[in-house]
Amino acid sequence: MTAAHAADATAEISLEGGQATGRGAGGPAPVRVYVGYGFWIFILSDMVMFSAFFAAYAVLEGATAGGPGGRQLFDLTNVAWETACLLLSSFACGLASLAAASRNALWFHVAMAATFVLGAVFVGLELKEFAGLAAAGDGPQRSAFLSAFFTLVGCHGLHVTAGLLWLLTMMAQVLAKGFRADILRRILCFTLFWHALDIIWVAIFTVVYLMGKTP
Amino acid sequence: MSETHDAPRGELDLAPGEERPDAHGLAQGVRGYLVGLALAAGLTAASFYFCFSGLIYGPAVPAALVALAVAQMGVHLVFFLHLTTGPDNTNNALALAFGVLIVTLVIGGSLWIMANLNHNMLPMAQIMQMQR
Repeated sequence: MTAAHAADATAEISLEGGQATGRGAGGPAPVRVYVGYGFWIFILSDMVMFSAFFAAYAVLEGATAGGPGGRQLFDLTNVAWETACLLLSSFACGLASLAAASRNALWFHVAMAATFVLGAVFVGLELKEFAGLAAAGDGPQRSAFLSAFFTLVGCHGLHVTAGLLWLLTMMAQVLAKGFRADILRRILCFTLFWHALDIIWVAIFTVVYLMGKTP
Repeated sequence: MSETHDAPRGELDLAPGEERPDAHGLAQGVRGYLVGLALAAGLTAASFYFCFSGLIYGPAVPAALVALAVAQMGVHLVFFLHLTTGPDNTNNALALAFGVLIVTLVIGGSLWIMANLNHNMLPMAQIMQMQR
């Protein structure tokens, strides 16, 4: 049986039985599906790692060792700008995935460039906040609370920085190789990663910044 | 495993983050992201607003913030990651459910245990006294 026949048979099984492969019938999944699925598992394990940092932060939030707490340190205007940048960046990333799906290289690069600029502004704002805290003597060594804060928020910032490098790699690969099937899979994984980082940021601005500031 | 093994896409599983191809169309895709952006922005704005407005009874503010955050995560999952409850998404949704279970256990369990330990521990001043 040739590959084409096998594919036809697969399609027929799922049509006749009304069964999709999510329930186990229909043969091996396409590469696109298991590559994306594997990366989805990685993202979920990354979220489990973040949950450990969140737990540590929540436990240590009050352990300020006589130093300043979140209420004195956090600047919500800065956080609002960071949030806006990351959300718009996520949106631009979605547009880039649409451009890739319709094989439009120009719009793909425009949207990815917008994603990069917004993500870079986010990292810049976060670095500014960190530098300000460290300069005022409120670095990670000041208290258990600040250690947990820098670990959690810094870990997210590192993820975003790594994502920015990945983003540039994807732009370069599309330039050099075009929308090949393997490149499209990498773009899919990148968009998953970028949207997941925004989900983690939602948890951070809620738990760390807003709850830290509530009177 | 070559690409020729791909059967018609609509009949198979969707990769995470993928939209149903029949619901595609560029305009519809863009509209989906716009709706997601508007909802997420609205929920974010509500979070920042309720934090200080005093509209919500003070002690209930954290619960309201958590509810808004969970809602916004849902918006991101549906409109940006295209996660559905359809049979073509079962594997992705089940993996997510398992992730949520572990995250809940780690965070909830840590807070529970540490609250108990704190509750049963002598106040710091007394410990210092005993060490003297």
